[in-house]
Amino acid sequence: MSLNAVIAANRFGLGARPGELGQIARDPKAWLMSQIGNAASTNLPANGLLSSAQAFEALQSYQQARAAQQRGAQSPNPAVNFDERVRLADLISKTTGPEIEARIQHAVTTPAPFAERWVQFWSNHFTMAARNFQTTPFPGSFEREAIRPHVWGRFEDLLVKADTHVGMLIYLDQAQSIGPNSQAAQNQQGRRRAAGLNENLAREILELHTLGADGGYTQADVTEFARALTGWTVAGPRLRRLAQGAEMGTTIFVSALHEPGSRTILGKNFPATGERQALDILAHLARQPSVAKRIAFKLAQHFVADDPPPALVTRLENAFLQSRGDLSALAKTLVQSPEAWTPEAQKFKTPNDFLLSTMRASGANATSTQALRSTFEQLGQTPWRAPSPKGWPDVASEWAAPDAILKRIDWANLAADVIGETFQPLAFAETALGPALTDKTKTAISRAQTARQGIVLALMSPEFQRR
Amino acid sequence: MTNRRTLLTAGLSGLSLAMLGGTASFAQAATTSGKFVFIILRGAMDGLTAVVPYGDPNYQSFRGAIALDGPGGPNGTLPLVDGFGLHPALKEMHGLWQKGHMSFMHAAASPYRERSHFDAQDLLEAGTTQMTSARSGWMNRALAMLPNGPHQEGVAIGRTIPLVLRGPAKATSWAPPLAPESDMDTLARLSDLYAGDAMLSNALAMAIETDRIADGGTMMGGNEGRGRQGAYAPLASAAARILAAPGGPAGAVLSFEGWDTHANQGGAQGQLANRLEALDSAIKALREGLGPVWATTTVVIATEFGRTVRVNGTGGTDHGTGGVSFLLGGAVKGGKMLGDWPGLNRLYEDRDLVPANDVRHLFAQGLTNAWGLDRQAVLSRVFTA
Repeated sequence: MSLNAVIAANRFGLGARPGELGQIARDPKAWLMSQIGNAASTNLPANGLLSSAQAFEALQSYQQARAAQQRGAQSPNPAVNFDERVRLADLISKTTGPEIEARIQHAVTTPAPFAERWVQFWSNHFTMAARNFQTTPFPGSFEREAIRPHVWGRFEDLLVKADTHVGMLIYLDQAQSIGPNSQAAQNQQGRRRAAGLNENLAREILELHTLGADGGYTQADVTEFARALTGWTVAGPRLRRLAQGAEMGTTIFVSALHEPGSRTILGKNFPATGERQALDILAHLARQPSVAKRIAFKLAQHFVADDPPPALVTRLENAFLQSRGDLSALAKTLVQSPEAWTPEAQKFKTPNDFLLSTMRASGANATSTQALRSTFEQLGQTPWRAPSPKGWPDVASEWAAPDAILKRIDWANLAADVIGETFQPLAFAETALGPALTDKTKTAISRAQTARQGIVLALMSPEFQRR
Repeated sequence: MTNRRTLLTAGLSGLSLAMLGGTASFAQAATTSGKFVFIILRGAMDGLTAVVPYGDPNYQSFRGAIALDGPGGPNGTLPLVDGFGLHPALKEMHGLWQKGHMSFMHAAASPYRERSHFDAQDLLEAGTTQMTSARSGWMNRALAMLPNGPHQEGVAIGRTIPLVLRGPAKATSWAPPLAPESDMDTLARLSDLYAGDAMLSNALAMAIETDRIADGGTMMGGNEGRGRQGAYAPLASAAARILAAPGGPAGAVLSFEGWDTHANQGGAQGQLANRLEALDSAIKALREGLGPVWATTTVVIATEFGRTVRVNGTGGTDHGTGGVSFLLGGAVKGGKMLGDWPGLNRLYEDRDLVPANDVRHLFAQGLTNAWGLDRQAVLSRVFTA
């Protein structure tokens, strides 16, 4: 078996399931290519999962019950806190809980793990994290609705879908942003809560989703963009009346909230086209050369090395520019790049990579992934709980802290008991690593005191810890 | 000399089933309500340190610096039968011996003749002559022979059910609520594996150092912190509580890890002595925890294989063949050396203690003693195949 099968499975994919290396070995590149552009490969069946509109309704009921109880409470009452906890747990159990389980289960069992890594890369690029009760219900539906269907299309379309999704509008405070000179603001003047502009989404689009912090934009560009974005919001109980016929919990454009006038961004004038104005700006941003450069760098860094080979970055950058941001073309270029196939595995696995590849190697099925949620938390990478809109870090220095390594070893110790029920240690290592398994590790495994220790050594070996 | 003659006689006689069992005392002890505890010492305990054949003329020269002496000397052992002494750390067990509640089998081995820990443990637990695809354990098959009822159940102290307890009869497991920490031995092996990998080796070294400080500096030494893989007593206490509960299971399995002493094994004191002391504490914890139930309890202690007769270049011993196994408990009328002593003048493959005695005979003895099962039935239905 060639090492390329292992590289395809581990570096591009999420780790090999039992027997998978053998299948990939027939033609590793073809195996990867067949996953590109294939809508089925990124689809996650939504059985029993709530759409973002349904999640929004669940959030509404939660908020109403919460408000009613707060009004009724005469004094601080422990029962209030208790009821509140129960309600929040209920909200999570309807939304994020099953979403996380479905996502892990899909990643562990999918026959198209390169497509799934591609999805997770873009989901992290457009981070929509659960950071409070308002955002908790949405990351799952955000990923299924705004990311998965669009990761093989054009970057510009993905950008629009992600940044106008209900989840993102709530997460980055766009839903509350109102043009200071908008019709609604005029009507509201003198009232208790004066409405205003919120720059959060505009700033993060420029800094994180497109140009990058050193992408050459100014504070004036941020403010102008924020003004252009006003009007884009979520159809809540009150706003729904302003956008006739809109389904509750969907993205709407409300002219009455929109800041009138033309906008100037990156020196270019965008006339007052209302709803189209922000979309035109997004399209313009997507075409900036700094975006091509930045996406190329992030992809090369994610797939190949923390300090990626400049030749690969240039190759991807050119592919982005020539294809006008066609993400399938980008993926194909990545697969065809010789720099992506260097024998040495240079990427240290994130906790997410480590857990998913362990479960895949052990042949885990749907039921055995259920208990994994808390493990992701213990190892520091709960799905959709990235600490900031910047997303999870993608370099070893952020993940290889001493304590983090020890936590992995301790978890491996637990996992080894389960894996040991099916596998002999050396067979397990060979299933996962094939020809990448070194003689040194083999020797260490075969000398282990117990089967459990042998499996821990396999899981914690330098070659399993990298991809 | 009496010692030497005893050894010589034992060396000449062959082992037979008749010799091992069938004594009136064992038969009388048989009762259906007894408890059976199987303790697996994973990693291969050095039998020649646990039960020292100080009377064997070749023992001192083979063991050199890590050799122990007969009773009374500075590195003296506790007296068993002539020529054999128990490691001084095994005080509780010696107390049982003196009351006639312990027997031991030296040069004991399963039919396994290779030197892989896991394969050896598998066969030890399967109880078969060679590994089959059936994947059931001897203790479970014996449980299946008990009358139906809540009693007909085995419990494993640990997070999973080991092979010895898997099979058709009901088996459960119980683990301490604390998440287990990886032991120092595993961390040491990973440190070796990370040599040449700057990032991982530095991270692990720092983690171990931090952990050591957090543990108050005791990590490398005794039974605290990550070194506490030696702390077997809490597991034994847990097993005792579960067994002694009304309607509690008929059997329990305990796994004690950390016996793979390739380096700096030590003699009367040291690494292995610490392990033995921990084992001894576990037996004490079991006896105390079981209370009145101890009187009807039979315990078998076994390991997957013995260790090399010669000391290696790093003050340790390597994977061998013949080892030592114990049968003890309130229900045991013992005080005997079971089986045959092959002597050290001829070694198996010129390195190991000759596997003169099939350890499964001791297992059968334990099951018969604890559960009142018919000995022949146990031998034919549990230990063949």
